[in-house]
Amino acid sequence: MSRLSFGGLIDRAQPLNFTFDGMKHAGFAGDTLASALIANGVKLVGRSFKYHRPRGILTAGSEEPNALVTLRSGARAEPNTRATTVQLFEGLEAKSQNRWPTLSVDVMALNQVFAPILVAGFYYKTFMWPAKYWEKLYEPIIRRAAGLGQLSMEPDPDSYERAHGFCDLLVIGAGPSGLIAAVTAARAGLRVIIADGDWVLGGRLCSERHVINEAAAGKWVDDTVAELRATPNVTLLSRTQIFGAYDGCEYGALEQVSDHLGNIPPGKSRQRFWKIIAGRTILATGAIERPLVFGGNDKPGVMTASAAATYVNRFAAVPGRRAVVFTTTDSGWSAAEDLMSAGVQLAAVVDPRTDSQPPAAARLRQAGIEILSGAALTDVHGRTVRSVDVLLKDGSRRRISADLVLMSGGWNPSIGLGSNLGDRPVWSDLVHSFVLNTAPPGMKATGAAAGHFSLSGSLADGVRAAEETLRELGRTSAVAPAPLAGDEPSASSPPWYSRGHRSKAFVDFQNDVTDADVSLAAREGFVSIEHLKRYTTLGMATDQGKTSQLNGHAVLAAATGKSIAEAGTIMSRPPYLPVAIGALAGHHQNTAFRPERRTASHEWARERGATFVDAGLWKRAQWFAHPGERDWLQTVSREVSMTRSGVGICDVSTLGKIDVHGPDAGILLDRLYINMFSTLPVGRARYGVMLREDGFVMDDGTTARLGEDRFYVTTTTLNAAKIMQHIDYARQVLWPELDVQATSVTEQWSTYSVAGPLSRPLLQMLLPDLDLSNDSFAFMAAIELRWRNLPARLSRLSFSGELAYEISVPASHGEMLVRALFTAGDAFHAVPYGTEALGVMRIEKGHPAGNEINGQTTAADLAMGRMMSKKKDYIGRAMAERPALSDTNRPSLVGVRPLGGARLRAGAHLLPQGRDPLAANDQGYITSAAYSPSRGQWIGLALLQGGAARHGELVTVHDPVRGPDFAAEICDPVFVDPEGVRVRG
Amino acid sequence: MRFSIFGLVANAFSGHGRWQRTWRDAVPRDAYDVVIVGGGGHGLATAYYLAKVHGITNVAVIEKSWIGGGNAGRNTTIIRSNYGLEGNTAFYERSMKLWEGLEQDLNYNAMVSQRGVLNLYHSDGQRDAFARRGNAMRLHGVDAELLDTAHVRNMAPYLNFDNARFPVMGGLLQRRGGTARHDAVVWGYARAASDLGVDIIQNCELTGFMRTADGTVVGVETTRGSIRAKKVGVAVAGNSSRVAAMAGLRLPIESHVLQAFVSEALKPIIPGVITFGAGHFYISQSDKGGLVFGGDIDGYNSYASRGNLPTVEDVCEGGMAIMPMIGRARLLRSWGGIVDMSMDGSPIIDRSPIEGLYLNAGWCYGGFKATPASGLAFAHLLATDRPEETAVAYRLDRFATGRIIDEKGQGAQPNLH
Amino acid sequence: MRLPCPYCGQRDSREFVYRGDAAPTRPSSEEGMYDYVYLRDNVPGPMREHWYHAQGCRNWITVTRDTRTHRISAAVLAREDSR
Repeated sequence: MSRLSFGGLIDRAQPLNFTFDGMKHAGFAGDTLASALIANGVKLVGRSFKYHRPRGILTAGSEEPNALVTLRSGARAEPNTRATTVQLFEGLEAKSQNRWPTLSVDVMALNQVFAPILVAGFYYKTFMWPAKYWEKLYEPIIRRAAGLGQLSMEPDPDSYERAHGFCDLLVIGAGPSGLIAAVTAARAGLRVIIADGDWVLGGRLCSERHVINEAAAGKWVDDTVAELRATPNVTLLSRTQIFGAYDGCEYGALEQVSDHLGNIPPGKSRQRFWKIIAGRTILATGAIERPLVFGGNDKPGVMTASAAATYVNRFAAVPGRRAVVFTTTDSGWSAAEDLMSAGVQLAAVVDPRTDSQPPAAARLRQAGIEILSGAALTDVHGRTVRSVDVLLKDGSRRRISADLVLMSGGWNPSIGLGSNLGDRPVWSDLVHSFVLNTAPPGMKATGAAAGHFSLSGSLADGVRAAEETLRELGRTSAVAPAPLAGDEPSASSPPWYSRGHRSKAFVDFQNDVTDADVSLAAREGFVSIEHLKRYTTLGMATDQGKTSQLNGHAVLAAATGKSIAEAGTIMSRPPYLPVAIGALAGHHQNTAFRPERRTASHEWARERGATFVDAGLWKRAQWFAHPGERDWLQTVSREVSMTRSGVGICDVSTLGKIDVHGPDAGILLDRLYINMFSTLPVGRARYGVMLREDGFVMDDGTTARLGEDRFYVTTTTLNAAKIMQHIDYARQVLWPELDVQATSVTEQWSTYSVAGPLSRPLLQMLLPDLDLSNDSFAFMAAIELRWRNLPARLSRLSFSGELAYEISVPASHGEMLVRALFTAGDAFHAVPYGTEALGVMRIEKGHPAGNEINGQTTAADLAMGRMMSKKKDYIGRAMAERPALSDTNRPSLVGVRPLGGARLRAGAHLLPQGRDPLAANDQGYITSAAYSPSRGQWIGLALLQGGAARHGELVTVHDPVRGPDFAAEICDPVFVDPEGVRVRG
Repeated sequence: MRFSIFGLVANAFSGHGRWQRTWRDAVPRDAYDVVIVGGGGHGLATAYYLAKVHGITNVAVIEKSWIGGGNAGRNTTIIRSNYGLEGNTAFYERSMKLWEGLEQDLNYNAMVSQRGVLNLYHSDGQRDAFARRGNAMRLHGVDAELLDTAHVRNMAPYLNFDNARFPVMGGLLQRRGGTARHDAVVWGYARAASDLGVDIIQNCELTGFMRTADGTVVGVETTRGSIRAKKVGVAVAGNSSRVAAMAGLRLPIESHVLQAFVSEALKPIIPGVITFGAGHFYISQSDKGGLVFGGDIDGYNSYASRGNLPTVEDVCEGGMAIMPMIGRARLLRSWGGIVDMSMDGSPIIDRSPIEGLYLNAGWCYGGFKATPASGLAFAHLLATDRPEETAVAYRLDRFATGRIIDEKGQGAQPNLH
Repeated sequence: MRLPCPYCGQRDSREFVYRGDAAPTRPSSEEGMYDYVYLRDNVPGPMREHWYHAQGCRNWITVTRDTRTHRISAAVLAREDSR
């Protein structure tokens, strides 16, 4: 065990058991998986992507590229999880990844033997011969070797939720500058949300040893957090990572609600996806320490200096016994002191700088630690660290034995979110890294994220950021000064890398990109930073370049003789940290993917044994099977036959319904439809067709005139919203001078079609006082009336071609109406019919529907050219006259019937008889098909070149994706009652 | 230097010090036979075929930043030829045929991988529309299979069959569809074109056109000086309107942002491409292991190469609905590309009304798969002033004549295509 | 993105349906109809465009939005928008 008996933010009274690759270990509450592994002396944690090199733990944060594990098992297995951010829980189960058969004996590590060949971009230069071997041989091998963790392939069993946040100020990060900024703004009364990915707040103050206001910094953190928690205008979100900045000051955040629990309590979600609208934002995300590039810098036992300090200070976990510290920064020296205090033997501190050394150097020297200035670590030996080679100032090399290497290459402000909206960071010679130049609207960076690396500087900057925000928002309250803190030195050298190394020196750890790969890419002309990234995969691993990008820049700059600033910048894209797809999807899972709209008769239909079908978001009754029926076809045929011979009732409430009213309503409709509506008499309905402005048919439906200035427009089910929008556009934007209003009433009315020769006597029972005779209520009559003292609408419309009515009542009474219709209908053996029978009857009648009005057809294609008024302008008129739209050889509507009993299917193409199945012979296709009980055969509608002129011609039905060709006859599209006697009966 | 495994091994022994630049870093000359504006896949492919097919090697490709930095490097790498309308099918099949021999032709492994493209359907109407399309494909000699639920379940058992809002009823499969490594396509064309003498000029932004008194375009003005050209071809999808405006042209095009997403790398789970049109979602898995997925365009005009959360959510909802096992996979990176959304959803490869100026534009979100055929057709047009036989429908005047190619039937509303 | 609906106030863009450039005006005759239907300036910069508050007040609004940055500078009811 490498656990200190004192210190840290762990609870030694709460031991927790966990397993790694099946091996039992124990840690404490407050541990991360990584700290617990370190405390248990586990060094080897994972394998790299390409070479399968053994890897340990590099960092103590979310930037970790190496220590990725599969957390949990079964359906809850969570691949590629950073051991460094997982809060330990009792029974935690973790497995290493990307190795076979075991982590320590990984066959794929053989790749390292081929490493001289497997350089950046090697795959672009080979695997091309023979061509068909790519899919069969090379690619499967590559695919199997690549990838990291494995998905369980089982549905994610957890639930996710969404939340919305609104605030005056969003503070991203609860380190020293974030906490002071938040508390300063909160005291002035701002609504503040402060979010941090960690479960313990305080940021670096949890990992480093500091004094604030003459007490341990932890006390200041506790006091400040307590104050924030007690302030009602503050929302404090721990375990919440802001992952993206979006337009409109919107931020995406992921809260880990239950990830730290062994078992998710019933009813609790796993994670919560926040969308936060922030008036102002303070980016207090700190900085990430850069690794150094030297030979073997990826070996288990090499870690960033700040990570080692964190493990010692926060977790009391000691990552090694004897350490070499390799630093180009002052903070590396502080880390060395921290480790020494924890009892780690310091073999040497190596700092290539000769000009300046922090006060810690003197203290360490005094303690007898060897200080090697002007020197550099070149290579690491051992599978895990056993010794290191140091290139001394005088050019000689020395081997030093150690089991731990700390490296500190400088600090990169975590400004990823600041460039999400396209703001390009700039190089700072002061900070030796990229900093924000411009930022998204309302955002400012503070603290280490703004390059203020000392604690006192960070705190002062946090106060400044809050003050500025208050000023911008017009608050003038006095602001307390920053607390007193030590002003430790925080200098660093420009990005530096060792060139004297003999073994592989890694720039991108996870993706196995070495400095040699970067140089090779530069040699091959991939000198744009974006080309470099794409060619070498630098920065494209799961850490998205947090530890690698800048070192890659530095090596590229060195290879091309440019400065880093000239080498270019890369902007960060969301998400800042990877986010579970399930969390982004929220509760939209499985059957709850999209809402389900139900009509008022739904429950009634269910009782009657309806099978439902989707129509957009609506659930509609497709058919009502009777016990003993063979299949749906028998059911539907019965529904059709009984309707045509008696009476059937169908819920047609899903049609779009729009009230259009006002003195100019008729004028508006004239401009919307190809045919006239201003001349429609009150009490009458008319079928109408609308075009898009480009001249193609948009929608159709009947419109009734209920009063001089009141029309009741219906649309198809799927176009209801679109037509409402279209009408509003016409009246608000195109012709705002018209005095006309439009209101969607789709949800307000329940409508039933009552169809068949017995529909009149059936309806008469419901409406005994109404004269339904042809003389007083003829075909296309439409009136308002009352039924059971409810407002109702009745029209005599027919989609089926039978004598038929549509009756509407308020949707709240739709179920009452359907039950009443069937109570009355008993005497007439009324049958409920669904959308399938509705479709059969409309095909029998040759009425175009969605399959024909598919956005590619003109009114003339659908045999409605004569409806196009020549007396008025209307939307689409001009464009419908374009040559290709008025071409008489366009495919137009015909009927099709097979010779013999073959089944027609929509989607089959039509070829002239005897011609080869070639595109040149393709003359049209079947749009709709159905079995017609009325005709006793399959029938279809089709769009065919030459159309109506070809009635009687035999064609070949070509449907190779479903079956062999067969012959069919082109005919009139109206298969039943072509004279239209029945509708007027 | 020809690429082969032998060259690779030989170089391994010499520390890879002898590899040369993939393409020459050319400096603009005073004049060329053809200047192509836009160093994306289409522009570079055009230059390559001009040189290879038509022997026109005095060609420059000018690129405002780095080649392949636009949509060529921002797409989801899908190749397919499953189009249904006359005017499209033959063109995309020409492209597919070129993909099938591309790597040998270019001597560059672009990882063209025909692991299949499966479009799922969820209703009788969708099935019949797919059948219509599949039959049209077959009539053009393109492979297409209409699968039922059982067949799809067999192919992709991890789809949501039993608990879905829109249950899977089957799919339309094109086995020859698949993916290719997008960056490699750019680099492969650049290298091959450069080897044939084409000048590839990066960091050279178009600022205007050189015109004669009668308006003829006779060259380009750039940030690196004036370059005369007998013909100028524009292949700058996403920015076509901006470039056309420099010549005083307005186009039937809007610029929109299309987002794409990739997950952390995972061991292989999805062999080919699966599209869930009803849920605005499609997905494949890269050779590196990342799930590459996307959905609809954001839907508003944009020149900012980034999108917003509503589309992110919509896409992930679609993904979870159809593949509930991806819930614990993490979205690693998102990006946005600016696409030319044309008024009928189909591209334009045509002479412009201005003499000397040629257009290759309007690729909507489907430009990547078209790269080889687009280059071939644009090169043919530039070389001969006549359209290539599979690209005759992509005329600019089709909007005036009404000969539009509207696969989705959405009309002149670009964000609905 | 958030849109300042003149009727409802700042609302999430999810509530709106986008149509596009507000500049083209419908000609009263056939002349100019092709331009109106098909040609767009496709401005890189501030652009007046039509959005429909479908899940709100159902007003069409004219929003001035920069297509390079998505920043919104103005919004008025389309019917009151002087052309």
